[in-house]
Amino acid sequence: MAERSEEVKLLGMWASPFSRRVEIALTLKGVPYEFSEQDIANKSPLLLQSNPVHKMIPVLLHNGKPISESLVILEYIDDTWQNNPILPQDPYHRAMARFWARFVDEQIYVTAMKVVGKVGEERDVAVEATRDLLKLLEKELVGKNFLGGERLGFVDIVATLVAFWLMRTEEVVGVKVVPVEMFPEIHRWVENLLDVDVIKKCIPPEDEHLNYIKARMDSLKLKSVQ
Amino acid sequence: MADEVILLSYWPSMFGMRAMIALEEKNIKFDYREQDLFNKSQILIETNPVHKKIPVLIHNGKPICESLIVVEYIDETWPGENQLLPSDPYQRAQAKFWADYIDKKVNGPTRLIWAGKGEEIEAGKKEFIEVLKTLETELGDKTYFGGETFGFVDIAFIGFYSWFDAYEKLASFSIEAECPKVIAWAKRCLKRESVAKSLPDSDKVTKYIPELKKRLGIE
Repeated sequence: MAERSEEVKLLGMWASPFSRRVEIALTLKGVPYEFSEQDIANKSPLLLQSNPVHKMIPVLLHNGKPISESLVILEYIDDTWQNNPILPQDPYHRAMARFWARFVDEQIYVTAMKVVGKVGEERDVAVEATRDLLKLLEKELVGKNFLGGERLGFVDIVATLVAFWLMRTEEVVGVKVVPVEMFPEIHRWVENLLDVDVIKKCIPPEDEHLNYIKARMDSLKLKSVQ
Repeated sequence: MADEVILLSYWPSMFGMRAMIALEEKNIKFDYREQDLFNKSQILIETNPVHKKIPVLIHNGKPICESLIVVEYIDETWPGENQLLPSDPYQRAQAKFWADYIDKKVNGPTRLIWAGKGEEIEAGKKEFIEVLKTLETELGDKTYFGGETFGFVDIAFIGFYSWFDAYEKLASFSIEAECPKVIAWAKRCLKRESVAKSLPDSDKVTKYIPELKKRLGIE
């Protein structure tokens, strides 16, 4: 299906989990792409033109045609380059993968953001709420190496947000949201992810990432607990 | 193949309507089970333990949740007639983008209109008109959102039409005056049997809202 001399360009941001998941998918498929780092505070004409509705990264430009919204982009990549499938073939399992991907974005991400955005009692409430959601993910991982089963799949790619953003942010915030005693399966899964070359290659370098999160929190004038 | 298809839904829900329309488009016989959202049934809690929300499609005992995921499941499971999502990957992505836009942008302001008060209603109306205009621009002069054939984005949006009368009365405005092409599109969709069968009368929805607010304790 893939044509020769294709032009694949990603408008992204190095520290964004939504941008990184697109990089994971492209790398998994072996699709060469040009990465264009975007300044979120000062949006480029190309970004505004390619995603006039939401004006947000990531945007994938495939032979000049823009696709927005990371979950939509992941499915587009899977439909366009069919080697190393990301989604299962069976409709029921596809529906389940989509369900958990939405769960990560609409429930876990939204709730976990409150851990960063709140202080005191409100933060404690947000931590508990996030853990309640993560318990469902923990249960999904029992007996599996990946959320996709034996190998990395759609939900794993989406849930790198938990493994490398939520679980790195907690170090900076100073609140352990995902303690190993409470979430042994999630911790085992993170180790499995780190054994995958594509993941290692596509997640932000830890030190730089932690510094970035710290600087961002300082700029938001959010004090860490410590 | 004797498929057993059960749909857990709730008559005023535009999300439930999406699943119904998709099943009707595919001519799938299904057992409709109306749910009381204020007294959730065992079957709803068991089949959607994460969100405990309708619609839930139960196909040969396996539950599928979240309305757009249900519609796509229906399209993938019964690919034969009336394809709902285009085959071309780019067109598919566009359809998913707009359905996602509807999910993200329509519910907030419309809820302000029917569940809010005073300024909230005004804010909801203003935002809703903006969203409608964005959708109208996307629709342009096409017959349906996807072009000549009725599909995914139409299914994602048309259920809201059964609430338009209520929005207009509660926020005192005319959607047709703001977005005539959207109204013309909705009327075209209603000519389809699948849509006509699945949407409740506008009047019934409008009359139900005070009761709904009472049950939600937001009167």
